[in-house]
Amino acid sequence: MRFAIIRFPGTWSDRDCQHALRDVLGQEAEIVWHRETSLDGFDAVVLPGGFSYGDYLRAGAIARFSPIMEAVTRFAAAGKPVIGICNGFQILCESGLLPGALIRNDSLQFRCEWVWLRREGRPTPWTAAIPEGAVLRMPISHGEGNYQADEATLDLLEREGRVVFRYCDAEGNVTPAANPNGSAHNIAGIVNEQGNVLGMMPHPERAAEPLLGGDDGNLLWHSILSAALDTVA
Amino acid sequence: MPVDQSALDAVALSREEYDLLVERLGREPNEVELGMFGSLWSEHCGYKNSKPLLRLLPSEGERVLTRAGAENAGALDIGDGLCVVLKIESHNHPSAIEPYQGAATGVGGIVRDIFAMGAYPRAILDSLRFGPPSDPQSRYLFEGVVAGIGGYGNCLGIPTVGGETFFSEGYRGIPLVNAMCVGIARADRLVSARAEGPGNVLLLVGADTGRDGIHGASGLASRTDPEARFEEMRPAVQVGNPFLEKLLMEACCELAAEHRDWIVGMQDLGAAGLTSSVVECCARAGTGAVLDLERVPRREAGMTPYEVMLSESQERMLVIAKREHVDDVRELFKRWELHCEPIGEVTAGDEVVVREHGRVVARVPVRIATQPPEYRREGRPDPAILALRDRDLSPLPDLDPARASEMFLALLRRPNIVSKRPVFRQYDHQVLASTIIPPGGDASLIRVPGTNRGLALTTDCNGRFCYLDPYAGAALAVAEAARNIVCTGAWPIAVTDCLNFGNPERPEVYFQLEQAVRGIADACRAFGIPVVSGNVSLYNETEGRAVYPTPVIGMVGLIEDVARHTKVGFPRAGLQVWLAGAPLEQPVESLAGSEYLEMAHGLVAGRPRVDLGAERALLGFLLAAHEQGLLCSAHDCSEGGLAVALAECALLGSAGFAGTATIPGRLDAALFGESGARAVIAAERRDAERLRALASAHGVPLTLLGETVSEPEFRFGPLGAMVEALREAYEAGI
Repeated sequence: MRFAIIRFPGTWSDRDCQHALRDVLGQEAEIVWHRETSLDGFDAVVLPGGFSYGDYLRAGAIARFSPIMEAVTRFAAAGKPVIGICNGFQILCESGLLPGALIRNDSLQFRCEWVWLRREGRPTPWTAAIPEGAVLRMPISHGEGNYQADEATLDLLEREGRVVFRYCDAEGNVTPAANPNGSAHNIAGIVNEQGNVLGMMPHPERAAEPLLGGDDGNLLWHSILSAALDTVA
Repeated sequence: MPVDQSALDAVALSREEYDLLVERLGREPNEVELGMFGSLWSEHCGYKNSKPLLRLLPSEGERVLTRAGAENAGALDIGDGLCVVLKIESHNHPSAIEPYQGAATGVGGIVRDIFAMGAYPRAILDSLRFGPPSDPQSRYLFEGVVAGIGGYGNCLGIPTVGGETFFSEGYRGIPLVNAMCVGIARADRLVSARAEGPGNVLLLVGADTGRDGIHGASGLASRTDPEARFEEMRPAVQVGNPFLEKLLMEACCELAAEHRDWIVGMQDLGAAGLTSSVVECCARAGTGAVLDLERVPRREAGMTPYEVMLSESQERMLVIAKREHVDDVRELFKRWELHCEPIGEVTAGDEVVVREHGRVVARVPVRIATQPPEYRREGRPDPAILALRDRDLSPLPDLDPARASEMFLALLRRPNIVSKRPVFRQYDHQVLASTIIPPGGDASLIRVPGTNRGLALTTDCNGRFCYLDPYAGAALAVAEAARNIVCTGAWPIAVTDCLNFGNPERPEVYFQLEQAVRGIADACRAFGIPVVSGNVSLYNETEGRAVYPTPVIGMVGLIEDVARHTKVGFPRAGLQVWLAGAPLEQPVESLAGSEYLEMAHGLVAGRPRVDLGAERALLGFLLAAHEQGLLCSAHDCSEGGLAVALAECALLGSAGFAGTATIPGRLDAALFGESGARAVIAAERRDAERLRALASAHGVPLTLLGETVSEPEFRFGPLGAMVEALREAYEAGI
């Protein structure tokens, strides 16, 4: 499978995503500069973490105007898989590909630590290889990961099973203590209506090797790879 | 006409230094020249008080690729054609005035030193000192500094993997903020900070030049008592733009890695801005330069040549490009959306000539500018400190066994011992996918991409020890750093040091500086570790009171097979736990300068001892035990002594601890004494004889303390608690 990893000025998870996809999982993974306008020939798009444009305005607020974002929007509309991780999630929200917004952590501090996530909601290509209710361990690293939306949007996301990852404790209980940033409903990741666009604050690419603390993140990549195989079949 | 005193004060030159300058120049300097000489002759740039002492440090080794002080940072061969580049630097004075920006730009500066060498920065460590956290001003500084480091480092995408945070009265009003950066480069792509080749072009890259930071080097960093001049000096603190730095870093690293042949040198603009970067690059190459100031992009109109030459605006680099590749280099920076302007060229002379619209505004002979007077002063110990040092600790009552557990839990809550998680969870310590041992243990461990190798990284210094005995304290800082490195399974290969002291013109302070440098030199020689880079920060004083002498040791170790590393925590139950390096019984003197002594008796007293032979034997034993696969965990004893080390092994691991050894002699000394050359190791029962034989071959005392247990309990002599109770204390926050 061929992944496009979008690099905005200030992106820093681009190489980590490339390492996980290419060196660990043996996929093709190319870094694409934000001034490009085409995503032809790619099977999936990754918007990685970082501080695009320094996040000096709102996180992701300027990156959404980058030339590549039009191509990303078309790519998503065509039903192809897009994942936004951390700053990538913020950019997806800013550009309207996902609802809601990510505001400052309720601690008012940056948080870098391992968290637990419970896989929930409806089947999606990004979670196909993860059983419902499974508890995954991944790192977060953000200052603005507090997911918020209006009540109607939250209701819609819950009703349609679009909350696919929720912060929980090691046993899978969704509790306030397990919520690292104050996100509504302990939301860690959501998908769009079609299910092909996933935004999540935790970093699956940082959970790609046991040597670095765990490899639960690879389940997402395995999911999208198996989903691609199914499509071909 | 004689220059007036206020003009000299503005650039921190003494009357004698001015007269010497006039004599060497053969004329009076003009205003621009005076500003340039003043900055270059400041302690901060010119090391006039410390240079003679720094020559005492061993700086050579078979891996070393750079000459000490000759480049922005030290570089060492780590095999496979790769090298590690390291340096530590202080940003104490700016952080005392504006903690967030002071610390942020400290990180920015040290990171530029690393990528100026063409190395990609792979890790940041921060060594921080503050007054007691109960003091509101100290807490304000602490919180601002931590936020500033995170705010800058997190945005850059370089992991902050380690460091220290230490609180003491000795730092009230005088915070220390030292940042260390470690990068990796291909050895054949290393970039030198040299302006070689007349006709080559000086390119100024990155931020526009503004009026910020003027006199940072001479005014701020080379004088005492910033607090008294708070409002006045605040404009001398620069404001950081980490986003711009990120672009600058990516572009410079790409330039070095892929187009090394386009350039002859790179140098960041730090203290004394354009002045020091141009003059120092020329000095290293034996060349001169001509600068055309009207070509320097400005943030505002109306800046004078003086301001342009001395601005310390951040996120700027000087790139010395081969004439025929100027357009290529400019194109590369343009792709990264960065300014890149030719501002002058290298000349065959030995003068830096500064012009504005063709008119010469300064002529600075490079040799005079870079050879400030050197001062060898007479040091003399402070009798009051000697009295503390020589205080007899034996009349102190021993720890009451009935109160031992209570004291133990109280010790775990002490700000200097308690978990620093509230600090390091604000730093991204995982980006770049290479952090194998995160902050919170002894040394941190990162892997070298594309190899099986790893680098262990640490910073250490106990300012209390250095206050009581600067020689022993500094040597112990080297020893502790080495112990931390070896506990991961790596071997120490290099030191970078940051010498934080008070006003060296005072004999008591000069004594501390001299003794500390001797201590570092002796310890590094004993262990065979070169000091490859460093920084000196003097004049850390407030209201006539000098900071605790604090020679921070940054150390890098190399491990061949990074997957085979050792960690602090007990990995499982059923292991034997040993004390290596010294007997369990400790004399009362081991309480000297300890956290326990301060907590229980309100004393900073006693004489810390260093035994370099015992330290070296312990290092050799630990490494051999690691190589033979005998170690299941390893942790050195430092603040809080043996009891705290054992508690940390349980807290960072997955097993409890049941002590079986009876504790001889004084309880307080054995449990909480802080003598050096000790480590706690866990090993399989079946390896006991091999371990004993190995220890005896290395001449290292080895004592069986007990074993790891599956019950979540901690028992050792009179100490008994559930591990959860220890955790509650240890994670109580700062």
